[in-house]
Amino acid sequence: MKGLWLGAILVSVFVGAALLSLVWVPYDIIQMNMAQRLQGPSWPHPLGTDHYGRDMLSMIMLGARTSIAVALVAVGIGMGLGVPLGLTAAARRGGWIDEIVMRGNDLIFAFPSLLIAILITAIFGASAVNAIIAIGIFNIPVFARLVRGGALSLWTRDYILAARVAGKGRARISIEHILPNLTNLLIVQGTIQFSLGILAEAGLSYVGLGAQPPVPSWGRMLADTQTMYSIALHLALVPGLSILLTVLGLNLMGDGLRDLLDPRVRRAAR
Amino acid sequence: MFSKWMSRATLGALTLAATMGIASAKSTITVGMQLEPPHLDPTSAAAGAIDSVLYANVFEGLTRFGPDGSVNPGLAESWEISEDGLTYTFKLREGVKFHDGTDMNAEDVKFSLDRARAEDSVNAQKALFEGIKDIEVVDPLTVKVTLSKPNGSFLFNMAWGDAVIVAPESIDGIKEKPVGTGAFVFESWLQGDRIELAKNAEYWGEPAKLEHVTFKFISDPTAAFASVMAEDVDVFTAFPAPENLPQFEADPRFQVLVGSTEGETILSTNNKMPPFDNVKVREALAHAIDRQAIIDGAMFGYGTPIGTHFAPHNPDYVDLTGMNAYDPEKAKALLAEAGYPDGFKTTLKLPPPSYARRGGEIIAAQLAAVGIEAEITNMEWGLWLELVFSNKDYGLTIVSHTEPMDIGIYARPDYYFQYDSAEAQGLMAKLSETTDPAARSGILKEMQELIAKDYVNGYLFQLAALTVAKAGVQGLWANAPTQATDLTAVSWVD
Repeated sequence: MKGLWLGAILVSVFVGAALLSLVWVPYDIIQMNMAQRLQGPSWPHPLGTDHYGRDMLSMIMLGARTSIAVALVAVGIGMGLGVPLGLTAAARRGGWIDEIVMRGNDLIFAFPSLLIAILITAIFGASAVNAIIAIGIFNIPVFARLVRGGALSLWTRDYILAARVAGKGRARISIEHILPNLTNLLIVQGTIQFSLGILAEAGLSYVGLGAQPPVPSWGRMLADTQTMYSIALHLALVPGLSILLTVLGLNLMGDGLRDLLDPRVRRAAR
Repeated sequence: MFSKWMSRATLGALTLAATMGIASAKSTITVGMQLEPPHLDPTSAAAGAIDSVLYANVFEGLTRFGPDGSVNPGLAESWEISEDGLTYTFKLREGVKFHDGTDMNAEDVKFSLDRARAEDSVNAQKALFEGIKDIEVVDPLTVKVTLSKPNGSFLFNMAWGDAVIVAPESIDGIKEKPVGTGAFVFESWLQGDRIELAKNAEYWGEPAKLEHVTFKFISDPTAAFASVMAEDVDVFTAFPAPENLPQFEADPRFQVLVGSTEGETILSTNNKMPPFDNVKVREALAHAIDRQAIIDGAMFGYGTPIGTHFAPHNPDYVDLTGMNAYDPEKAKALLAEAGYPDGFKTTLKLPPPSYARRGGEIIAAQLAAVGIEAEITNMEWGLWLELVFSNKDYGLTIVSHTEPMDIGIYARPDYYFQYDSAEAQGLMAKLSETTDPAARSGILKEMQELIAKDYVNGYLFQLAALTVAKAGVQGLWANAPTQATDLTAVSWVD
């Protein structure tokens, strides 16, 4: 439970920063000020300034927004497509739909996720939108498999049998009886995929395939200032720790939620 | 099997030589650079990386550039210019041999120049040879070049890397195995990694002091920094991360050479694309840009602001930076006058060098301040050459023009920034016919003022030549009057 709380605090700090950046940031990051560049942390700039004299705190807040937006939409795509696919596959277990869906999943899984992302951005150009699509696509099989696996075990339950006897169709059963029982599973997996999405976004923008300047992004903040770490360490620490702490927070939260929500784990813990 | 033994024996000998080399004065050097040549023929490609490795080291021309940009005798020992300025009689050096053992004579000179100026020539600087009417072999060591009209910069033109002398015997394989007359012989090229040169024992002139040279290609600035710090390379030319130079300066193991280059870094503007076809808009661009901020932010202070397309260290340079002083209010007023009171949207396509990527971010921010929204697209060199340079599909871009004395590009209406001015074309035509130094200087100044007044491009700064070397290396060029890494005079301090 401690982990869950710590995770929740870390996540809410960054989500809060991102939300706050919608209405207010300490400094306008469009304005560059060369006279102020590469300053270490100080009162006016608690996290220092970057190589263009922009306030790092403002950059991190806006970068959090980019990261969270990209990861959230990507997980949304993964869930939105993966869950119905998984439900259908489970409902038609062994049928040709099941076969197509699962082999399609295998195909996407066979490629390392970053490779798919690079492929997509290489074809359609680097942008935040393409990064979202790329990360979203490799989220689909994760959710499809999870849902299919979970649904298959549910389909053997007596109450499903009762529902079938009552004359409900497969689709209706899937939505009314299977899906609600998978919610916990989806919340846990969603949190973990969210953290992976943030990592993927940082990785993609680090190699220049994510959000393009001037949209701030943690990964690009790291990449742009790589040659300056030896003269201004905070340029590496601030975005690096932001990524680390957010991902750590989400993982702790994911684990904590699993302990809390998953009946099997809960039983084992007792 | 035999060759295997041979290579082992050579390897042994090399190791031995290297060990002995450390004992006395070191005679090998490893030079790091960012860009790798696409192939090794300087006479058939625009890529400056070819000259950076081979110019003066492997290939030589009739004349050659000195470290200060002066034009000195090269393979031509001396020359006579006729009264009317139309005939150049070059006296070639005696006993010059190509690396394959064949003699270098007047026939080779004729072959090289004819090849460069031929109809189907792929020479990247064909304009250098345009005025040549006829090349005549008088005797094996004398060659007479006749021009169709006097050309005051002919000797300068002959010093370019694109005008080096090559041999008909070795021309076929030149892209993989360059055969020249220089003080170093090409040894091997491991693509993606290194090119090795060895001392030419039969060199006609002052022999090289180094026995062996390795050029290593390290494109990533972070890796470049690490390679110098770890002493994997002895010299790094055109060091890509200026922010690291103060550290090298403070370190007694290294020396930092800061010199001038011929690289005018400009915000190239597509003069045919609306709204940039309006001179008021271009003038607004010029006033929207804070040059010093770009030099500080992108180059960490290394660079000289320019107001026109001309090198500030050149005696004919006119300082026109006042004409495009940073004045965002004026820029806004000009935009309003031009009919864009709310600004407009355009594209800013950036090639990989850090001056372009960082400069682009700064310029986009400065343009945003006057209402111009420049959408940044980062691209690799290949794509940039195709989209921007060849297809002219861009609004704005940033690039450094590193060729010496290249103001002539403003007389080429089909050049990628598409500046079509009869006045500029007339001036350049007049320049090529003028041999009187004072008159030439006057025309050059007029030309500089013309392109500044027309605000053809955003003139940003002159790129600095940044070289990091180990403390014991001497004889390197501090300035870069042409793209070259002339190692013929380089040695280690004992």
